[in-house]
Formats: sequence, C-alpha cells, structure tokens
Amino acid sequence: MNKELQVKLLNLMSNTDAKKCMKCGKCTGRCPSYDEMDLKPHQFVSLIAQGKIDKLMESKSIWVCLSCMACVERCPRGVAPANVIEAVRDTIIKEQGNNGVKAEDIPPIIDETVPQQLLVAAYRKYNR
Amino acid sequence: MLEICYYPGCTLKSKAKKLDDCARKVALKLGVEMKEIENWQCCGAEYTTGSGEIATKLSAVRSLDYAKKHGGKLLTLCSACHNVLKRTNDAMINDEDMNFRANNYLALDERYNGETQVIHYLELLRDTIGFDEIKKQVVKPLNRKVAGYYGCLLLRPGKVMQFDKPESPSVLEDLIKALGGQPVVYPYRNECCGAYVSLKAPDLANKKSSAILDSATSFGATEIMTACPLCQYNFEKNCGDKIKVTYFTELMAEALGIDE
Repeated sequence: MNKELQVKLLNLMSNTDAKKCMKCGKCTGRCPSYDEMDLKPHQFVSLIAQGKIDKLMESKSIWVCLSCMACVERCPRGVAPANVIEAVRDTIIKEQGNNGVKAEDIPPIIDETVPQQLLVAAYRKYNR
Repeated sequence: MLEICYYPGCTLKSKAKKLDDCARKVALKLGVEMKEIENWQCCGAEYTTGSGEIATKLSAVRSLDYAKKHGGKLLTLCSACHNVLKRTNDAMINDEDMNFRANNYLALDERYNGETQVIHYLELLRDTIGFDEIKKQVVKPLNRKVAGYYGCLLLRPGKVMQFDKPESPSVLEDLIKALGGQPVVYPYRNECCGAYVSLKAPDLANKKSSAILDSATSFGATEIMTACPLCQYNFEKNCGDKIKVTYFTELMAEALGIDE
C-alpha cells in the first residue's frame, strides 16, 4: 500500500484529529504505561499529524497500551491518543500472521483462575 | 417490585459468580428484580475504537435492542460489559456510519438508534434506590476500612460514560459509608490495573496492580473492593497477603445480612 494512502487510512481509523494537538504532553504524563513505551502517546499523535508513520508501525508501544483511556480523558484539545495507538495496532494485526496472541501459546500460560474476560479482551485487542 | 433487564456477561456466569449472585440477592432485598435477558451474547470485553470496527460491536447492539423492547433499560454489573454496552450505544446515537452499517447488517424489525438506557448496578443504587435507603437496610455494618477501586472502565471516557467525576469519583465511597464502613480515599483508585496485558505481559500487570494495592494499603486499607472480574483477577494474582480483594456486591450482601 502506498504511504500516502496508509496515512489517510490511519487517520480515518483513529477517528480523531491529531492536528488539534497543542503538544502539552498531558497524555504521556498521565499514561500508566509510558515507561514501558519506546514511543509515547504524544509522539503517536505528533507523528501521525506529520504523516511520519514508519516509526509508529515499528513501535513496541502498541503492545503495552492498556486502553485505559486516561490520555483521552486528560487531553484538553479532545484528541484521542489511545485511538491512534489502536489504529496502528489494528493495521498491523490485520495483516495475515501478525496476530498478537496465538491460540497454541495460551494453554501453557493460563491456569484455572484466569477469567474469560481476560482471554476475550486480549483476543479483541491483539487479534483480528 | 421494580423489574429491569439485566446483562450478566460471560465471566459472571463462571469465575465471577459471586459478583452476580450477591448482586441479585441484594437487589431483591432492595426491591429490584434483575431479569436476565434472553440469548445474550458476549459483549467482546473491550470496546474497539477503530472507525471501521462494526462486527466487534454487533452482539452488544443485539442486547441493547432486546432491552429496548423490554422496558427500555439495560442493567449491567461487570465494568467491562458496562463500558462496551454504553460506548456502543453512544456510537449508535452519534456515529452515523456505525448506526447505518450495524442496522444494515442486523436487519431488525425496527431500526435501533440507541434508545436503550444503559445503567450500571452502582448507578441503580445511587440514582434509583438511594444510599439513604440502603443505609436503613444495613443489619451488620462493615465497621472497617475499605478502599473502593474504580479502575478505568466505569469512568472513562467520561464524556460517554457519564458515571461519576472521572478524576474525582465518589460513588464507591458513598456506598462504603452507607454500609457502615470507613472509605479509604487513595490516589490510585482510578488507575488501570493492567487489564488484558496480564496475558502477554504479566510483569507489567504486576507492576500496575501492585502500585494500586500499595497506594491503598499506605492509606490504611486492609480490604479493596472491585466491580470488575479482571481487576479482581489482577489484584488477587498480585496482592500476596497484604490486602483482601472483594467484589462490592459481596460486601453489600454481608452488610445487608444476606447469607451466601
């Protein structure tokens, strides 16, 4: 897919206007996973606004975002950084073979205490 | 007796039976019958934010449509189900594309346009029954320090959930007071427990959950109450023996003198 189209698609999927960002950094300041991230929530917003998506597509951050919506709550400009992160993750996992959770890996890592909710939620966020 | 459509969700039928069972008994005592809706399907546990994500929300729309035809209200208990159902309902009202495509696919007798009111059990307690009424029914006051834990799903995004003040909520503390306990207000009560990353990255979930539990204990809590089976799991997995983790409906059953 050409890059211009991919930038357009990512913006569409994010359903948020990254260009409204005024770079205050509150999203990253509030993010409970920021210290696990190579690219922080504010950088996702900034890079997508500039159309520089190569770094985003390689970022490990998409696997540690908790979808807790704290960044969305704090943004004074109504931007949704979590949506941008999810759009990037969706773009990646929609390609064949890129699912984040493989069914065969599950049995060894779970026990009888794991709630269904955990499996369903992880599949929803990491797989398509 | 007030009757209301109720969406239990998958986990409340298995690992989180206590959350469901106590809620039903408490509701009956308070004059509310929770009528489980027919043929409900799993809500998906997480709301997908992508603008093209329609299929992942259809099961939620089916349940919402059922409630529309059976009283117009849908009661939820699990925080995740509540979050998904409420946000999906909001999308059916405010997202034209979602509304069009979901209706097009489901081909219901009558279009669904977000008519159902999604109500969390805590909202029912606060807004319909009232904490004063609950207080009157208490026979065994808790008489101990309890930390209420909100997490993310009940509160955020605040504009859609409209559950409580997202940064400074009070419904759980008010409930603890009504039950005769002493609420512990601590800074991490609306932090994320780690949620679904505990499957792929248990260390990260451990860090997040431990930070919350440390925050609660440092403010004097010996017990923390949750409204979500996944928060409950992450806490139980990571709390060691420093704090007791309980569903809020269990504490209600205790204070109202309902035998398990």
